Amino acid sequence: MSLLYLALKNLGRRKLRTTFTFLSIVVAFMLFGYLCAIRHSLSGGITLQGASRLIARHKVSIIQLLPESYKQKIARIPGVQAVTHQTWFGGIYREPKNFFAQMPVVPDEFLPMFPEYLLPEEQKKAWGSTRTGAVIGRKLSERFGWKVGDKIPLLAPIWPKRTGGNTWEFDVVGIFDGKDKNTDTAQLFFRYDYFDEARVDEAKGLIGWYMVRVNNPDEAPALAARIDAEFENSAAETKTETEKAFLQGFAKQIGDIALLTAIIMSAVFFTILLVTGNTMSQSVRERTGEFGVLKAIGFSPAHVLRVVLIESCLLAFLGAAVGIAMAALLITSHGDPTGGMLPLFAFLPRDAGWGAVIGIGLGLVTGMFPAWSAMRLRVSDAVRRI
Amino acid sequence: MVGLINWLSQLASISKFGLLSLPERKASAAAAMFGVAGVVGVLVGVLSIAAGFRKALDSSGSPDSVIVLRSGADTEMVSGLSLEQTRVIQQAPGLARGPQGPLASSELFVIINLPKKSTGTDANVPMRGVEPAAFDVRSRFKLEEGVTFGWGKNEVLVGIGAARQFSGLGVGKRLKIGKLEWPITGIFSAGGGTAESEIWTDARVLQAAYNRGETFQSVCARLESAEAFQKFKDGLTTDPRLNVKVFRETDYYAEQSVGMTKLINTLGFLVASLMAVGAVFGALNTMYSSIAARTREIATLRALGFGSGAVVTSVMLESLMLALVGGIIGGAVAYMAFNGFQTTTMNWQSFSQVAFAFRVTLPLLFQGIVWALVIGFFGGIFPAIRAARLPVAAALREL
Repeated sequence: MSLLYLALKNLGRRKLRTTFTFLSIVVAFMLFGYLCAIRHSLSGGITLQGASRLIARHKVSIIQLLPESYKQKIARIPGVQAVTHQTWFGGIYREPKNFFAQMPVVPDEFLPMFPEYLLPEEQKKAWGSTRTGAVIGRKLSERFGWKVGDKIPLLAPIWPKRTGGNTWEFDVVGIFDGKDKNTDTAQLFFRYDYFDEARVDEAKGLIGWYMVRVNNPDEAPALAARIDAEFENSAAETKTETEKAFLQGFAKQIGDIALLTAIIMSAVFFTILLVTGNTMSQSVRERTGEFGVLKAIGFSPAHVLRVVLIESCLLAFLGAAVGIAMAALLITSHGDPTGGMLPLFAFLPRDAGWGAVIGIGLGLVTGMFPAWSAMRLRVSDAVRRI
Repeated sequence: MVGLINWLSQLASISKFGLLSLPERKASAAAAMFGVAGVVGVLVGVLSIAAGFRKALDSSGSPDSVIVLRSGADTEMVSGLSLEQTRVIQQAPGLARGPQGPLASSELFVIINLPKKSTGTDANVPMRGVEPAAFDVRSRFKLEEGVTFGWGKNEVLVGIGAARQFSGLGVGKRLKIGKLEWPITGIFSAGGGTAESEIWTDARVLQAAYNRGETFQSVCARLESAEAFQKFKDGLTTDPRLNVKVFRETDYYAEQSVGMTKLINTLGFLVASLMAVGAVFGALNTMYSSIAARTREIATLRALGFGSGAVVTSVMLESLMLALVGGIIGGAVAYMAFNGFQTTTMNWQSFSQVAFAFRVTLPLLFQGIVWALVIGFFGGIFPAIRAARLPVAAALREL
């Protein structure tokens, strides 16, 4: 207790310097918060559910379509609990820059497959009874101000309609929420039966990819191989992997985001380390005499070491806490700085834990050398400098 | 005049004090300097990604080339044209002509999965079916290795960027797509453009392999001159047999780089601004302690009649100089670490990979130096004012 008091008193001695050091630590940890959110938004969306779901797509590439008839064959494979399909619609709402994902799905199969989308019971019913019905995510409804009852026209260049034209109209019948922050609610889902009936004859019966739920996640790799074997040497061979592996692979197509954020973070912390370390050693140097006195009146060297370390850790930890809190607040209130390009931009509590650990680490590293020199100080040398 | 010279000599004396005492404060000065270096390094490094990406797309088009898509489509990916339509387009006015007729190539654009060398995971690699005129339409096309593919054969040419970034794309190797095997006959470059990330083959062969019948997705053509664009465009848009959209190639590719460039730049500036704030605090600490260490000297000079303006300027000079050196270090490190770094990313418009190299350009380095000086300015101005306002009597008493 008295140690903490001493550390606080020492920090208050040069208020201006302490303030600047504190603020630069705050800024560093705000950056840490933002970078965590950026990394999460670019490579995230990887949920626990992802481990028990497989995604089966065309072997050549995901833009190649698969026959709808594969569903029965996949469902018969032992170990498969459920199967459903999705297709990339690629519709444009007014202009291309209003990009968001839309997919035709079979509602009765889709909702159980993705328990992370929370749709109220009566809206589920409404979707079942409205052929042109679509459900949209919370984020999407906020982005365009859409609500239940609205009509949304989309121009789909790749999906001409049987009746001519490429404009499709949907009725919003429900708005779903995400179970957690990892759930992408910037999407629109509509009914496959409406889609299949209205598209041109040549396209009928073709879908984008299959989602498969497995009985036992441990068997997922073996089951993926079984699905691929089922369609080997057919006109459309498949490539099946866990949803997690698929999403990770997809994120890697954007670039090595993990590496990039790691490089930036190291540069930031290296900089802050210099600034804080410099301040700490300055303040210890100024107090050489006092440490001499402390030792002369009988405090042990270890005690002196602790005084300095507690001071530096206190500063670093408080700075980290305030910085992360500010980042969390700004991210939650202002959201994505790019204006809609990063749907999963969010601050996760997990990152706050990491930030606290790094904060303490920063305090230990910056306090280490000054603390060491204060501990080794010889009383006679120190007191002479007074 | 005498006043100015006097002022300058005062400034020189005070600055000399500052510079000569710098070695005593080297740890703190170095901390401030590297703080600035960190900001500039990160800023230049991140922005060099966007600069490289834009350069790859900007080098893809030339002002005298056009790309024709179905109306309503803004990328080749979602476009579709019938054989008859492409023949009409090829006869439109304003096109340059070669020995084999108009320089217009009807093309097919698909995506195949190939593992990326750096990660080992699948990536969407663009594959293009072309007609013989394609090589003349792209003025920067150059065969780097091997020979061109045989027309009517399942053979491919590979872009130099694709060969570098994806596994199994050497001359003489075979590319397996679905059940077919395609021998690789050569490697080409295209002036650094996106075509270098593509795999090329005969459009007719690709149509057959992908069950596309006789449809294409785009027509790429060379105009007589850049000015013939309007004539060509009017010829197509007034033709009742067609329902197409005409882009100048340069506009088409510039449009594709907008989203990615904006994303990278926004994130880069965000990170660098926050870091800069941190670096200003670092510089403030350094300069305040620099002044604290020289309180007596400054007070003595002031007592001797040195002006406060000279004191302010000398503190500012020291701060700016530290920042400038930091900025140069940061820029140099960014240049050495990032310039020319080869990588690929997703081009969302074509939903496929585009290979590019990071570019640390002169304007970027200049921008970095400006940031460094701004940090130096804010880190120096408040300490400078304090130094100038130092009450002489009180400061001298500290002796």
